[in-house]
Amino acid sequence: MTLDTITKGAAIDIRGVSKFYGNFTALDDVSLRVEPGEFMSFLGPSGSGKTTTLNLIAGFTDLSAGEIRLGAQSIGHVPAHKRNIGVVFQHYALFPHMSVAQNVAYPLKQRGIAKADRARAVDQALQKVQLERFAHRYPSELSGGQQQRVALARAMVFTPSLLLMDEPLGALDKKLREVLQLEIRRIHRDLGSTFVYVTHDQEEALVLSDRIAVFNKGRIEQVGSGHQLYTRPETLFVGQFIGESSVLRGTHRVGADETALTVAGATLVAPGKARTDAAQVILLRPESVMVQPVGTGPKDGMTNILGGTVREMLYLGAALKYEVTLADGSNVIARTPTQHEPFAIGSAVELAWNPKDGTLLPDDGSTAGHEG
Amino acid sequence: MKLNLPRLLLGLTCLLIAIWLVAPTLVIIPMSFAGKKSLVFPPQGFSLQWYENFFTNPQWFGSLIVSAKVAVMVAVVATVIGTMAAIGIERLKGRAGGVIRAILITPMIVPGVVLAVGIYAVYLDMRLVGTWTGYVLAHTLLAIPFVVIAVGANLAVFDQRLETAAASLGASRLTTFFTITLPLILPGILSGALFAFVTSFDEVIVSLFITSPELKTLPVQIFSSMTRDADPTVAAVGSLIFLATSLIIGLGLIFGMRGRRA
Repeated sequence: MTLDTITKGAAIDIRGVSKFYGNFTALDDVSLRVEPGEFMSFLGPSGSGKTTTLNLIAGFTDLSAGEIRLGAQSIGHVPAHKRNIGVVFQHYALFPHMSVAQNVAYPLKQRGIAKADRARAVDQALQKVQLERFAHRYPSELSGGQQQRVALARAMVFTPSLLLMDEPLGALDKKLREVLQLEIRRIHRDLGSTFVYVTHDQEEALVLSDRIAVFNKGRIEQVGSGHQLYTRPETLFVGQFIGESSVLRGTHRVGADETALTVAGATLVAPGKARTDAAQVILLRPESVMVQPVGTGPKDGMTNILGGTVREMLYLGAALKYEVTLADGSNVIARTPTQHEPFAIGSAVELAWNPKDGTLLPDDGSTAGHEG
Repeated sequence: MKLNLPRLLLGLTCLLIAIWLVAPTLVIIPMSFAGKKSLVFPPQGFSLQWYENFFTNPQWFGSLIVSAKVAVMVAVVATVIGTMAAIGIERLKGRAGGVIRAILITPMIVPGVVLAVGIYAVYLDMRLVGTWTGYVLAHTLLAIPFVVIAVGANLAVFDQRLETAAASLGASRLTTFFTITLPLILPGILSGALFAFVTSFDEVIVSLFITSPELKTLPVQIFSSMTRDADPTVAAVGSLIFLATSLIIGLGLIFGMRGRRA
């Protein structure tokens, strides 16, 4: 057993899985497949069911309904210690009475690996996280970042085909988080194991993952690459959770292959037929909205025009960020390349965008939801 | 450093309290070297005969052996039962855990005489008076609360998530207990064991009820000696125990400090 040989990652198949705590539904009939060797993030606000799903895969909590398969094996009722899945916790969970080397050797000891092989594997794992010089230190003598590196080494030293991470960088500061994100990506490439990564930080999910599953209220809203989620969100919740956005609410009229929405007195067009009679919204990304002087009108395909007043203007170097208040009181965020003369706060402007850049979505009532 | 009145008063008060606390214990040391067979302070004359008497008289030395044997057995039994109970209570959480904890701790709250009468009545019936089993059972009952409290305090700060982590690394629940939980709550277990030992070694009320001429613990021997005559051997015993406990606590403090520095 050595970390040099690339482990074949195993697929996870979650089928119709539910978890109830008394009357509370933590997870409601969730199905999901993670491909072998894939880096999948579970993204969502706290209490959305992402950590519950991770705990079910790891075997820390019992299934209420459904089935979980790891590779060809159904693991739903296998005890946690027999699942052979590596887990990295937010709180590190290093054993304080053991040195770094003893911590990393622990899973190998449980598997009855001979002492010499154990020492070699521990050395390799510590090298992978650049902590070989700290083998004889105790966890309390290490910084948070170093402790989490040890936890990572301990979780991968037995070459599990699946590695679960529960907000592993949640307790670290921003700079260290970015460094460790790169390390985790590198380790994922080196190992070839399947990674499942739980986070509430959309940026982290975008940086790390092949695909992201967005959780909300015990269900999965959408699964897709970061690009898919950003450009083609299927629900308003996903659209708002990933990246910055503005939401236009109004009354809609269904057309042949497009839908017209009346917002603050203006008629706006969005591609696609509204799927339900329920209220519809248009989701706009800041970079697709142009800010122009009043009376400019449509040009270059930007045929959706809305009047408003500049409420806030931020100079970001390469770009300008505007917050424009509409006649109905709602706000639209626009990010434009730096112009010769920025519009002053309080000036009347026109917002323009290409109808195909707006996304028509049923209104699920979610409001701009995520912190930072 | 400037000398000021409040500081001086504080120091003086502390000194007086310290004297008040240790004086009764220190008084017995000179009395143990008394020349004549009378327990008076200050003692008259000097001799080592009371120490000699303690080690050569089977009444005295035999009771020390009985006490030590009983206390060791009690320490083992009470520590095992108390530790398991503390872990069970910690896992139960909620109301059930609180009730069980309260029940286990009652021997500490119920007056010793009440317990002693109850135990005596049961023991008469079951022919346990004056037996090893009788002593160990009764003392264990009294010692369990101390273990439950000591181990429980340690478990309250033990991070149970470490057990989850151990499971994810392939350790069964039993292995997890012996490799993770036990080493981390060992300080609580050891202090619980020490408390249990002392509780038994020190116990006099229940022991007086269940004693027999053939099987006597040291406190019972001291008590009956005191009521019969004023034998300074009592002072010698007291001095020896004082010396032993001071040594144990002193060593504990030295090693404890060293451990913390490492």
